[in-house]
Amino acid sequence: MSAADVTNGMASGLNDGSITNPVDRPRLHLSSRFLRSELALIFGRRRNQAGMGILAAVPVIIAIAVKVSTPRPGRGPDFFASITSNGLFVALAALTLELALFLPLAVGAIAGDSVAGEANIGTLRYLLTVPVGRTRLLAVKYAAIAIFSMAATMWVSLVGAVAGLALFGGGEMTLVSGTQIGMGQAVLRVLMATIYLGLCFASLGAIGLFVSTLTEQPIGATISIVVINVMSFILDSIPQLSWLHEWLPTHWWMSFGDLLRDPIAWSDVTRGLLTAAGYALVFWLAAWARFSSKDVTS
Amino acid sequence: MATGESAVGDVVDGDVAVGDFAVATHGLTKRFKQQVAVNALDLMVPRGAVYGFLGPNGSGKTTTIRMLLGLIRATSGRHELLGHAMPDHARDILPLVGSLVEGPAFHPYLSARANLSRLDSVDRHADPRTTKVRVDRALDRVGLLAAADKRYRAYSQGMRQRLAIAGTLLAPRELLVLDEPTNGLDPQGTREVRHLIGSLADDGTTVLVSSHLLSEVEQVCTHIGVMHVGVLLTQGPIAQVRAVGETRARVQTDRPQDAARVLRQLGLTDVAIESGWAAGTLGEIAAEKIVAALVHDGVPVTGFAIERPSLEDLFVSLTGEGFNVSG
Repeated sequence: MSAADVTNGMASGLNDGSITNPVDRPRLHLSSRFLRSELALIFGRRRNQAGMGILAAVPVIIAIAVKVSTPRPGRGPDFFASITSNGLFVALAALTLELALFLPLAVGAIAGDSVAGEANIGTLRYLLTVPVGRTRLLAVKYAAIAIFSMAATMWVSLVGAVAGLALFGGGEMTLVSGTQIGMGQAVLRVLMATIYLGLCFASLGAIGLFVSTLTEQPIGATISIVVINVMSFILDSIPQLSWLHEWLPTHWWMSFGDLLRDPIAWSDVTRGLLTAAGYALVFWLAAWARFSSKDVTS
Repeated sequence: MATGESAVGDVVDGDVAVGDFAVATHGLTKRFKQQVAVNALDLMVPRGAVYGFLGPNGSGKTTTIRMLLGLIRATSGRHELLGHAMPDHARDILPLVGSLVEGPAFHPYLSARANLSRLDSVDRHADPRTTKVRVDRALDRVGLLAAADKRYRAYSQGMRQRLAIAGTLLAPRELLVLDEPTNGLDPQGTREVRHLIGSLADDGTTVLVSSHLLSEVEQVCTHIGVMHVGVLLTQGPIAQVRAVGETRARVQTDRPQDAARVLRQLGLTDVAIESGWAAGTLGEIAAEKIVAALVHDGVPVTGFAIERPSLEDLFVSLTGEGFNVSG
């Protein structure tokens, strides 16, 4: 976020000349304080901490359930079947299960809150009169959403890895394509898959930021984001709409599995990253277009 | 409207140059769909003034303040804060402007101290090394230091209002825009806020304070402006605005008929008589002459008072209606 701060700083530096009495102007301090304040608000809020607890419960439940049940071999190369061979697969199984609803819901809650939450309790008008420039506000808000998206995904993955390794141990990993890789490589692959999904959720967060500028009801914004997410999955499952599938925001999410092939099948992952970047850019700009000239009457 | 124009004219024609206005609006207008909330407003707040921005609920005060601060866009017209065009120079000017808009708003689950630190942390002009000191000083100034670590949600309405005022004091300001700062305060709190406004003004800060309670503001203001249905009816130095109304002399006596005769002889107009008193409009007559004349004529005087019109009377005379909500 410091990048946007620096840009704003330079812009206002240029403005100096137009102010007749620059002595009156207090000095500018470039820092990431606003972003850190945002993150403190997000991660310090009890509701969000409870949400993180729920996100963490899934990998723990998976690990314990697999541990206490009898293995059922021969169900194909899904991550569940592989858990007993390498605990890291708990992380991947947990991501698979939380990808459709829990993680998007978490991102939706944060993104929905970002602007609508401040408008709802009235603090938005006080941020804007400090002043916080509207572009800077959206940049910092989105940076916080993106960091949260990445952190929440990492969190699920980390808890899954720790629970899995504790119950099943690590060692060599047999990939989806049948090849075996060492433990170090395996950790790297899981990390790559996690980052990929984190970026995907961050792009959903941009849609959320846009929705959040449309309303003063954070819950409404959150519900809308979840609806958009679920709708995307539904459309993706209707074969007659196959022409649309590759453009859906969620279509490439499951491609994170391609990062666990040998060699890595980059094509879908690349498409996924481009799609995510496209959605992030378009919806951030939409949020900006909406918010930069909006009358703030909350 | 005529009085409004003459008041503005007097201010501008005096020894105050245009650049010396902390707030200057020119034909500022805001239209919400069908309704004109603020109509061609020419608000002039001289630097160093305590300007009472008066009007009933719904008269357009808050809409005006939102426009001043760049929260909403004017439909037409323009305005300057501290001599610089807004909203173009918002980034440079707003740091010098402390504001309280439409009541306090903070994060409910954060403490008062954390809320002020949050506000300070988004201010790129604020020095993070002095945040703690400035936050505590602001809390102290509004008497909240003892409750600084309580969550905002546990605050009473009056404490919330004080916290919002503390928020405006985090940095040195040249202009304070306070929208209904005494809302929700008890009489003691109201007095304290008035005192605070006075002491800030003594430091040279210009204060624009809006209120729907005329009497509350009257005592502390050097200037007033009166809004009614989106129109600024009058504005100017408080003495000048009040001079528009008529000052009456009232004599308390057991011979009101005789007193009235003396008043008429002195040249007072609109002389009225009721049991126990006589009263007349003073006009240009010096008040001190009256009692002397009465005593000279042997009229026993048990009481004498000069009645200036209250702002409320003034408002009624300007609008022809009471100080009530106008739809």
